[in-house]
Amino acid sequence: MPLTNDDALIESIIKRYPRSRSAIMPLLHLAQARDGFVTPESIEVIAEKLGLETAEVSAVATFYTQYKRQPVGEYHVGVCTNTLCAVLGGDAIFEALKEHLEVENDEVTNDGKVSVEHIECNAACDFAPVVMVNWEFYDNQTVQSAKDLVDACRAGNPPAPTRGPNKLPTWKENSEVLAGINDGRAGEGVQAGEPTLLGLKLAKEGGR
Amino acid sequence: MTKLTPVLSAFWDQKDSFTIEGYKRNGGYKAVEKALKMAPDDVIKLVKDSGLRGRGGAGFPTGMKWGFIPQGDNKEHYFVVNADESEPGTCKDTPLLLANPHVLVEGIIIGSFAIRANYAFIYIRGEVAHVIRRVQQAIEDAYKAGFLGKNILGSGFDLELVLHVGAGAYICGEETALLDSLEGFRGQPRLRPPFPAIAGLYARPTVVNNVESVASVPSIINNGVEWFASMGTEKSKGFTLYSLSGHVKNPGQFEAPLGITLRELIDMAGGMRTGHKLKFWTPGGSSTPLFTDAHLDTPLDYEGVAAAGSMLGTKALQIFDETVCVVRAVLRWTEFYKHESCGKCTPCREGTWWLVQILKDLESGKGEAADLDKLLDLCDNIAGRSFCALADGAASPIISSLKYFRDEYLEHLKQGGCPFDPAKSTIFDLEGITR
Repeated sequence: MPLTNDDALIESIIKRYPRSRSAIMPLLHLAQARDGFVTPESIEVIAEKLGLETAEVSAVATFYTQYKRQPVGEYHVGVCTNTLCAVLGGDAIFEALKEHLEVENDEVTNDGKVSVEHIECNAACDFAPVVMVNWEFYDNQTVQSAKDLVDACRAGNPPAPTRGPNKLPTWKENSEVLAGINDGRAGEGVQAGEPTLLGLKLAKEGGR
Repeated sequence: MTKLTPVLSAFWDQKDSFTIEGYKRNGGYKAVEKALKMAPDDVIKLVKDSGLRGRGGAGFPTGMKWGFIPQGDNKEHYFVVNADESEPGTCKDTPLLLANPHVLVEGIIIGSFAIRANYAFIYIRGEVAHVIRRVQQAIEDAYKAGFLGKNILGSGFDLELVLHVGAGAYICGEETALLDSLEGFRGQPRLRPPFPAIAGLYARPTVVNNVESVASVPSIINNGVEWFASMGTEKSKGFTLYSLSGHVKNPGQFEAPLGITLRELIDMAGGMRTGHKLKFWTPGGSSTPLFTDAHLDTPLDYEGVAAAGSMLGTKALQIFDETVCVVRAVLRWTEFYKHESCGKCTPCREGTWWLVQILKDLESGKGEAADLDKLLDLCDNIAGRSFCALADGAASPIISSLKYFRDEYLEHLKQGGCPFDPAKSTIFDLEGITR
C-alpha cells in the first residue's frame, strides 16, 4: 500500500529539513520503495503530509527521470550511452540487451523481473562501458557480460556489483536507501576500484 | 616531469579508508579541532590566501565565495555541497566519496563554522546507491563521535548535516537549480543576481561548493597556505584530481599539481591503446570545447586551458582515438543536452532540439553543406542567451568540432553516410575487454 503505514517514517523525513517542502524528493523515493513507482495515491499522501496541492507534487515527480510513473523491473538495468561509454561499447550493449530481452527502452520483461533504460553519464567513465542495476555499479561491461548479468537477474541470482554491497538489492530496497534510510550495508564491498587507485599506485612506486 | 601529489587519494588503497576509524588513523578530524579554535574570519582568510579555486568547473576562488556571506545579518546561513556529479566524463567526486566520505564531512564542518552556518546539506546525485550509503554512514558516525550536532568538540558551535538525494537531473548540478531542487521544486536555474551568497537556500545567504573543493580544505588547515601554494602554477594553486577515460591503456584517477599536461597523463595511463593514436579529447567534460593532439602540451590549469580556447572544467579528460567519428560523438552529447535542458529558457529548450535534428541528418549523410553554417548560427543564438551555462555547454562541442574537423562533417555528405565503423571504437571483442 502506498505510504499508508509510514506515518512515523514520513514525519522523521520531514523533520530533517528546516522547511517541510524540501522533503518532497526523499518522500518520492520512499513512495518508490513501497510501490516500485510513484502512484497517484502516493502523490496524494505526500501532498497531504506537506500541505501542498497534488499538482505541486506531480510537477516535481515528473521533472526527474529517476521517478517512474509506471512499474519497472525488480532489477532495473541502466546502460550508459553517453558519448564515452557509447563509443567504447555502450551502444552495442544497449542494442544487444533490448534484443536479448525482447524489450524497448524503458520497458519491462513479461515476468516483471528486468527493465532496461539507456542512461546518461554515471560518473564512472574510467570503468567504461558502465551498466547500472538498481543504481549499483557493474563496471567494464561487454555485450556478453551484460547478457549474463540480465539472465542472472531474471533467474533471481544476480552477481554482486563491482563496487557495491555483497548482494544486489532489489529496486524497492535501493529506493529506500535513496530516501535516506540506512540499510546498514555501507561497510560492504571494496573501498575503490583499480582505476581509482592507479595514480596513487604510480606515486608510491616512485618516479612519478 | 611533473610528480603526482596524492593528498585526497593518499590512503584510498587501505581497505577501510571509508570508515571513521580509517580516516582518523590517517590524521582525519585533526583539522576541525584546529579550525574550531580559530576565529571564523581567520579560517576564511586562510582558505582565501591558499588560492584554492572551485574544483566543480568554474574555478571561482573558494575563500572569496565564503567571504561574500554577509555577517552579523541575523539570518540563517546555509552551507551546501554540490555532489551531483553528472557532467559527461566527470568521475572524481564519486570515487572520492566511495573511498573517503569523512574528508568531505570534515571540510563541511570547517566551512560551515567559517561562514557561520548551523545547517548544511550534501546534494548527491541519486544514481550512485553505494556512494549514498557510504556518505549516510559517515554522517551518522560523525554525529556519534561528536563532530556534528550540538556544541561540537566543546566549541559552542552547532551543526546539522543532512544528505539530500537527487533523482536524475543533470541541471541540478547548476548551483541555483540545485537550490530550487533542494527546496522541493523542479530543478530550474534562477536569474542572478541575487547570487546565492545573498539569497540562496530559502532566500538566505548560502555557499554552494563542489565536493573536491570542500574536501581539499582540511589538508590546507593542517599543512598551511605555503604547502598548498608550493603545488600548482601561479594562479592555479594546489593539487587536483585528473580523471582519464576512453582510449588509453589504463584509465583512472591521477592526483597531480595543477598545470600537468595531457602528454604526461597519457604516459602515466600507459599510452593510447595499442596501435591507435589520439584524435580529440575534452579537457573538463563535454561542456568544454574539444582539443586535439595539437594541445598535448597545454598546461592543464585554469589559465593554460583558457588561453588555448577551452576550459579546465572538471578535469574530465575523455580521450578518443582515430576510430571515433567526431560527428557521432558530438551528436550524442547534443542529445544529452536536449534531454537535460530543463525547459525554462526558450533558446536552450528549442535550440537543442534543432541541433539534434541537424546533427542526425549530418551523421547519416542526409544533410547539406549549408547545415554546418546553420549549426553555428544556432549555437550563436543559444550560447549566452539562457539563465545558466547548460546552453553554453551544448554549443561547445559543436563549435569546437567544426573548428577542427569541418572536413569530417563534409566527408559524411560526400559519402552519403558515416565513414566510420563503430565496431572499431569498442574496447571489447567476443573474448572480453581488449586495450
